[in-house]
Amino acid sequence: MTDIQAGTEAAAAAASTSAQVPAIELDGVVKEYVAHGEVVQAVKGVTLTITEGEFFSLLGPSGCGKTTTMRMIAGFEDPSRGTVRLHGQDVTDVPPNKRDVNMVFQSYALFPHMNVWENVAFGLRRKKIGEAEIKRRVGEMLEIVALTGREKRRPREMSGGQQQRVALARALVNKPRALLLDEPLGALDLKLRQAMQIELKRIQREVGITFVYVTHDQSEALTMSDRIAVMNDGLVEQLASPREIYESPSTAFVAGFIGTSNLLSGTVDRIVSGSAVLRLGQEGRVLVAGDGFQVADPVAVTVRPEKITISTEEPTGDLSVVPGIVSEVVYLGLYNSYAVSLADGAEVTVFQQNALDSTSTAERGDAVWLSWQPRHSYAIGS
Amino acid sequence: MSTVTTQRATEPAKRVRGRSRLGDRLLKGYVWLILAWLFLPIVVMVVFGFNDTQSKSNVTWQGFTLKWWGRLGDYPDLTEAVLNSIQIAVLATVITTLLGTLMGLALGRYRFRGQGATNLVMFAAIASPELVMGASLLSLFISSGVQTGFATVVIAHVLFSLSFVAITVRARVIGLDPSIEEAARDLGASTWVTFWRVTFPMILPGVVAGALLAFALSIDDFVITQFTSGSTQTFPLWIWGATRIGVPPQVNILGTLIFAVGVAIAVFNTVLSRRRT
Repeated sequence: MTDIQAGTEAAAAAASTSAQVPAIELDGVVKEYVAHGEVVQAVKGVTLTITEGEFFSLLGPSGCGKTTTMRMIAGFEDPSRGTVRLHGQDVTDVPPNKRDVNMVFQSYALFPHMNVWENVAFGLRRKKIGEAEIKRRVGEMLEIVALTGREKRRPREMSGGQQQRVALARALVNKPRALLLDEPLGALDLKLRQAMQIELKRIQREVGITFVYVTHDQSEALTMSDRIAVMNDGLVEQLASPREIYESPSTAFVAGFIGTSNLLSGTVDRIVSGSAVLRLGQEGRVLVAGDGFQVADPVAVTVRPEKITISTEEPTGDLSVVPGIVSEVVYLGLYNSYAVSLADGAEVTVFQQNALDSTSTAERGDAVWLSWQPRHSYAIGS
Repeated sequence: MSTVTTQRATEPAKRVRGRSRLGDRLLKGYVWLILAWLFLPIVVMVVFGFNDTQSKSNVTWQGFTLKWWGRLGDYPDLTEAVLNSIQIAVLATVITTLLGTLMGLALGRYRFRGQGATNLVMFAAIASPELVMGASLLSLFISSGVQTGFATVVIAHVLFSLSFVAITVRARVIGLDPSIEEAARDLGASTWVTFWRVTFPMILPGVVAGALLAFALSIDDFVITQFTSGSTQTFPLWIWGATRIGVPPQVNILGTLIFAVGVAIAVFNTVLSRRRT
């Protein structure tokens, strides 16, 4: 709990110190391609602000426009419309070699004809920095990524994880205003990927540079990011902290893409102060916070599987309550996963932790009551 | 129980190994046969440079001598022909490598209108018989009023070796990860610096291989050169002329030298590209 608080505080602090000049601003950025004589929009108008020192993730499925968005920040793609600003300066027409951001490529893109030291020194050489200074900074950076002693190695003589760290060092040694990472851990195996996630976070804290991280892996984004922009079909669906995105997804897409989520639909039965009571079937009632509901409106809500309690008796109190029949029970060690069929045919997934008290254990075919706190379900814009 | 299983497991393996030993020997013998087949003519050429021949023709072995090496310049028109050949080959190689590398880069990297046609023309240039190309070049030069000679030979040599360079470079370019160049740009290199520091070193083995091919094709070309040379003599043309009266050992020595230089460059390129990638 304290860790999470410290994290949010750090993010808030980072956000407040640089409220004056954001590291990166995208303003109505659109990217169109012409493919087979047809105009295709890869990015359909993205506006977002990334603050100094932030670990910011662009998360979405492949083809959602996240990589194109990053390539427009780097300067490899020209936006069809809109502006890209780095530290308040309009860089929309500035070529990549004149932009103060560096990128870590998915394929690492190390120079195969140069050794590790030459690879890392490449950017500093272009800036015409003195040889002594280059020596000092490259040495320092290789120490940070734990590659000291491997200066003379060629990229092909190194493992994937090592190549990854060379790519990171080669970008970071230039002290860019922001570091762009394009699915940098995609080629690594699971164990190494998890180790590198922690490593990346440590390096980011150590160097204090803004990280923009492109990934399709939701757990990776949740683990490392201060804020996440979830992208789908060329648009940002939600931009918020990992906790907020997980706990209160604002669209059905976000709810479905991040973790497991149940989507329930009902109609507004009555309005109580600040919230609506939905009716689901004969006996189900779901409380949803928010205004602007009209009686008889159809409304969709999401609720996470681990927020739902299964009981055989109808629970009392200010809870959302829906009856159903258990159609499947899967034992998963740490928890049980239940599939519960509702009267309207919808299936709800419920995770119940295998705690000491196992009285709530239900069997297949049991009639049960599902209940959860009203604050755990959210109305979804459809 | 376990010993029985191991015995059973090793027996058939032995038999396989025995059979492969015979196969290995056959394969080795075959390889040496092929190598001998390829190198015998070259060995004969080199050896007859040391032949103490008395007659005009140099076809029967008459004893070892080094005297021809000292009398390399006995035939001033032969020396001139060799120098012509070297000049033409160097010039044609430089021009071909330059143009062919640019072509290879364009064909390997971009998609453009006329790309298919360009590939087709390149293939046609390789596949078309030298006789056809030589004859058509000659009629082209005559009809456009160009005096055949040194310059037309260079033009012709560039023409027929261009495709070879373009294709070798293109193969190299297609194999490149485009994000490596983007990385260079991202790290502050201009397009010019990116090309010379990153792209060029990566395609260099292809460029050198193409250049070697172009040089080898040019220095010993006879058919097309015969059509387009006018009064200019080259090494192969001189040898052709000399066959009627007998080829002197100097020709063997010059051939040996050209061969040695070619081998040296090829070995150098192999070592270099092995160190590089």
